[in-house]
Amino acid sequence: MKLIAFAAATLLAAPALADEIWVTNEKDDTISVIDIDTLEVVRTIPTGERPRGITFSKDHSVVYICASDSDAVQVMDPETGEILHDLPSGEDPEQFVLHPDNRRLYIANEDDAITTVVDTETRKVIAQIDVGIEPEGMAVSPDGTIAITTSETTNMAHWIDTESEQLFANTLVDSRPRHAEFVKEGSELWVSSEIGGTITVFDVATQAEKGKIRFEIQGVHPDRVQPVGFELTEDEKTAFVALGPSNHLAVINADTFEVEDYILVGRRVWHMEFNADKSLLFTTNGVSGDVTVVDVAKRKAIKTIKVGRFPWGAALRPTN
Amino acid sequence: MFRLFQVFFLTLMLPQVVSAAIEIPVVYLKQDVPRPPVLSNLDPVPDDLGSAGADLGLADNMTTGKFLGHTYTLETIVVPEGGDWIASAKQALALSPYVILDAPSDLLLGVADLPEAKGALLFNATSPDVALRNESCRANLLHTLPSNRMRTDALIQFFVKRRWTTLALISGTHPQDQAFADSLKHSVTKFGLKLKAEKEWVFNADMRRNAAQEVPLFTQDLGEYDALLLADELDDFGRYIAYNTWIARPVAGSDGLRPVAWSDVVEQWGAVQMQNRFHEMTGRDMRSEDYAAWAAFRSLGEAVTRTQSDDPATLRDYILSESFELAGFKGRPMNYRGWNGQLRQPIPLVTGRAVVATAPLDGFLHQVSELDTLGIDQPESKCTAFAED
Repeated sequence: MKLIAFAAATLLAAPALADEIWVTNEKDDTISVIDIDTLEVVRTIPTGERPRGITFSKDHSVVYICASDSDAVQVMDPETGEILHDLPSGEDPEQFVLHPDNRRLYIANEDDAITTVVDTETRKVIAQIDVGIEPEGMAVSPDGTIAITTSETTNMAHWIDTESEQLFANTLVDSRPRHAEFVKEGSELWVSSEIGGTITVFDVATQAEKGKIRFEIQGVHPDRVQPVGFELTEDEKTAFVALGPSNHLAVINADTFEVEDYILVGRRVWHMEFNADKSLLFTTNGVSGDVTVVDVAKRKAIKTIKVGRFPWGAALRPTN
Repeated sequence: MFRLFQVFFLTLMLPQVVSAAIEIPVVYLKQDVPRPPVLSNLDPVPDDLGSAGADLGLADNMTTGKFLGHTYTLETIVVPEGGDWIASAKQALALSPYVILDAPSDLLLGVADLPEAKGALLFNATSPDVALRNESCRANLLHTLPSNRMRTDALIQFFVKRRWTTLALISGTHPQDQAFADSLKHSVTKFGLKLKAEKEWVFNADMRRNAAQEVPLFTQDLGEYDALLLADELDDFGRYIAYNTWIARPVAGSDGLRPVAWSDVVEQWGAVQMQNRFHEMTGRDMRSEDYAAWAAFRSLGEAVTRTQSDDPATLRDYILSESFELAGFKGRPMNYRGWNGQLRQPIPLVTGRAVVATAPLDGFLHQVSELDTLGIDQPESKCTAFAED
């Protein structure tokens, strides 16, 4: 009996026993798949050119990849690594977000100052919305009523009404906004500004600024402290912020907006993803070409995993 | 939820952020100057050098402005050789207090000192003249092109870092070459390196044919050195020196490893997007003067966006304040030196194919900004015009 169980386990062992973190390697045109149990790269999958944004469908049956220089969003079968088809994405798609309806994909077209909305089922463009120059950060509110695009050179968060697919507000932030997230059940919008060195917190109901998060690392020149990606813990009391070429994460009290801690990670840290229970955090370190694994409770880096060249985005693939 | 949607539709009617309509006219004023002949026919200087950067700045500002109800216009005035510069300057200032200038430094001062320019905001986008940022500075004249001193400090920092401590110099005879050579020598002294030998380029033979024969001999008596500096700002002979020197050494300065405000090889920090926008607009690569004109227009746009004002004094105050910050695709926020009006900026050190390093290099520290390790620093500045207001 025991023998049979063992045999069954090994039969299944090849794909997906453990959860995985999928990392896009911008300058390798690949995805590195990290096994969360062993913290090792178990698969490397070829993609289109210059893969950046990555996200799974809600049921994790497909994975969407922004292949920026192929001017396409690729739809991949995560089991086989096969590209099923491309979505019409507009030119130079950099980052995107999947609407809670699991159909609409909001895509930032970096070279075109446009946000493209694509229906992933009909594979048709539903709308293209004029936004500021170099759109990048994308977010959708949990109730699905608002989508956000941030534009890097125009320095704004553009608020899109997802019913009409039109802008209803444009709010200024500091220089070079990179990433946006709705937090606290959608009551707040956070936008990081890479060159401004801040995160601006908006009250979503009024689109008014309600706070600003600033950073200061001993021994690192403020110019090099450049916030990009960030994520909040399960209880939304703590935020982790990637600070780019300062090679640190900041740990933020999400209620007081104060920095509680800094964690040294790899070089030029940009984006990050939690494991399923949010006990581990995986950061993409572009210049050092690796992923740092952070123990969330201890606020410590516990391992570095070598991936491809210029890792950019990261996404969790749960297996059960 | 229903209420929230009502709010949405109300705001849909007013797609802008709270602001009154503002219109900012900008003039790009250029004096055509004769260019001395150079040995090579390669790499002609584009006719729209500089002004094309202003065009891109206009487009960038307009995109931001449309969400705020701000509009910008750009008028380009080119004064032909022998034309009346001062009359054209007055014409420009009658159109707008915001003028981007593309002219030699004495002409820039002629404009800045006009009674019509009092209270105007002028940008020098093309002159690297150190004196303009020093004893000849003017309170109404800001500089977006780096000075020669900023560029040569950047290059010498790299040599310090690499421990290439002994240098030799070949300079051309044009005033621009001499000014760059002077600046190189100043930077060599500032960072404690040694200039062992220098020669002036006095050939008048056609170097395309016989550089291989002439340059080894010409460089033989420079002796031992770690790197060879070239001051050839008109792009005349510099391209024929590399690989033809008597001893095997790298060349740098006006050719070889070049300190620049901008180059088509800059690609990090989102620069590719700007390179693409520029290329699409002009069909050519973006150069330093284009970048400086773009930075001037974008500085104005950034100030208008943040202050919601069209008043030149308000915009000038904001641009020179600590709150100002321009994202210039060079990896750090850029702002102005409040004491001489120079835009602080990193200086890429480039070859024809890659960025080798970006100054300020790691380890060059400064009590105010690491960017102030490049160029004249406040304690040594002879500029007083900015202290008076």
